[in-house]
Amino acid sequence: MTQIFAYIPFSNGVAEDVAMEFPAAAAKIDKTASLTAVLTGSGPDLDKVANEMTGLYAEVIKIDNTALVYPNAEVVRKALLNIIPAGAIVLAAHNTFGMDLAPGLSIKMNAAYAADIVNFDGVEGTTLKASRQELGGAVSTHVAVDVSSGAVITIRPGSFTAVEGKTASGSVVDKSGNAGDLSAKRKFLEIVQAEVGDVDITKADVLVSIGRGIEEQENIEIAEELAKAMKTVVSCSRPIVDAKWLEKGRQVGTSGKTVKPKVYMAMGISGSFQHLGGLKGNPFIVAVNKNPKAPIFQVADIGIVANIIEFMPELTSAINDL
Amino acid sequence: MEILVCVKRVPDTAENEFELNSAGNDLDRGDLVYSVNEWDNYAVEEAIQIVDKTGGNVTVITVGDGESEEVLRREMAMGANNGILLSDDAFGGSDGKGIATILKAEIEKGKYDLILTGAQADEGAGQVGGMLAAMLDMPYASLVNKIEVGEGTIKVGREIEGGNQEMNEITLPCVLSIQTGINEPRYVGIRGIRKVASVEIPVKSASDLGLAADSVGKTGAKTRRIDYFTPDMGVGAEMLEGSTDEIIAKLIEKLKAKGGL
Ligand SMILES: Cc1cc2nc3c(=O)[nH]c(=O)nc-3n(C[C@H](O)[C@H](O)[C@H](O)COP(=O)(O)OP(=O)(O)OC[C@H]3O[C@@H](n4cnc5c(N)ncnc54)[C@H](O)[C@@H]3O)c2cc1C
Repeated sequence: MTQIFAYIPFSNGVAEDVAMEFPAAAAKIDKTASLTAVLTGSGPDLDKVANEMTGLYAEVIKIDNTALVYPNAEVVRKALLNIIPAGAIVLAAHNTFGMDLAPGLSIKMNAAYAADIVNFDGVEGTTLKASRQELGGAVSTHVAVDVSSGAVITIRPGSFTAVEGKTASGSVVDKSGNAGDLSAKRKFLEIVQAEVGDVDITKADVLVSIGRGIEEQENIEIAEELAKAMKTVVSCSRPIVDAKWLEKGRQVGTSGKTVKPKVYMAMGISGSFQHLGGLKGNPFIVAVNKNPKAPIFQVADIGIVANIIEFMPELTSAINDL
Repeated sequence: MEILVCVKRVPDTAENEFELNSAGNDLDRGDLVYSVNEWDNYAVEEAIQIVDKTGGNVTVITVGDGESEEVLRREMAMGANNGILLSDDAFGGSDGKGIATILKAEIEKGKYDLILTGAQADEGAGQVGGMLAAMLDMPYASLVNKIEVGEGTIKVGREIEGGNQEMNEITLPCVLSIQTGINEPRYVGIRGIRKVASVEIPVKSASDLGLAADSVGKTGAKTRRIDYFTPDMGVGAEMLEGSTDEIIAKLIEKLKAKGGL
């Protein structure tokens, strides 16, 4: 029987949404598989989340150790290697922690690795078929994963239906005693909070958001003018911040701000999942992109194939003439 | 410090519209424009800046075919001192573990204090750095956006959710995957490329590296791509068409209805 272990990420006593999505992912891998939640941490926060997980998972393993208070991937890997049986499938989130943990874990387990999976077609024999994207979401691929000696798989948060309500009545198994040696060559020091910028994009009802399609720093003015006509501010995708054209506080996405506007104007943004991950509340998305195949058109409400450098000034003057 | 940076030649997402070939099982690769993986330029820049301060050398390495030599030369034009190309038909079809296995074989022939990769490349898996570290039993940190070099240890910042930074102390030697934005990669002009055009870049095969052919390539791969496909994403956007004036008139109506104006 397939054994699946889901590593549950949480902070401040609250499980991340993906914890509710692992059961659907596991069922798509193999409906008959056993599914176990694994949590590492220490103290009341760990216990609180572990107890909550018994409503979703038939078995919940907790590993309580002060070395695990902050999830340092090297330490978590050591603990997991002492708990997870050979040949099992481990699920983790494709987030910054999963990216830190999963590739190395797969090597130490001598298991296959599949990253950022968005769908599963099930196991046949020892081959698991799954879907993922490449090239920033421009193309989708099927992959075959040989799970005969186990697998470590990260799933894209938000890709599988979250379970609602209480679907299991499991119990917590304390495996703290099995964690073994948790010394590490990497030591966690502290979290430095992201800088707070001069403009708060999280409060805006409308955002004019620019991506790499803006091409030159000088062109940002064009977007500022459109934003002014729409009585709002400019936000952006990551490459604009990487280039230091706008400050970090303007970045929408998983490694930037989470915004909840009513209307989102995506100007020259391709639509990577890390960007869209910062867009909540189901806004009305207008995408303008010169590439008719840009992935953003799959999620936008309105699409326009155009060069934003020419299109934005025309839109600005039409709005100003209203 | 001796620093090795692993780089990759990838299809440029900014320059290409990706189409499937007529059989529908691969990209139409005929006219694709290739470049260095975006993340790798940040890794090479960081390595050069560290070596400028501490002394030592930057070596760039890639697993690829003959055409991958051009990305090594580009990174050498940025200021990397040496290039190494690992190339063999047997490497084709390797999964992440296969690539890490090939790199490891060469790494063990040298002595590096620091090994850098990009945080991810065209496949978006972000796997090679973490696998390599585990194989070499070195500590690892992914998504690094700050490096401070000390004595025998370094301080690294990892960019985590929300743009917050997780600071760690890590012992050397180690493997780090570099996130964009850590620095501003220097511009490489035609003159720079010309300067390194005749520098010799050693090419090493599976047998040079002492690799069993079945540990890498298709046979060694536990994860392999079956095909490309067009996902059913529902209806998608309503595309506005017509003259610019018509499009703008329609858009303004929609924006008014949705509270955008
Ligand atoms: C761990 C991690 C975290 C990340 N976090 C974030 C994040 O928080 N936010 C984020 O945005 N990204 C994030 N990224 C990066 C993300 O993967 C993408 O690289 C990024 O979102 C791409 O930005 P873009 O759409 O502006 O650029 P591109 O993908 O290069 O797209 C540019 C688009 O503009 C179009 N275009 C070009 N010129 C024009 C023109 N003149 N007129 C009209 N259209 C034009 C092109 O067709 C293309 O579709 C993260 C990546 C990683 C690995």
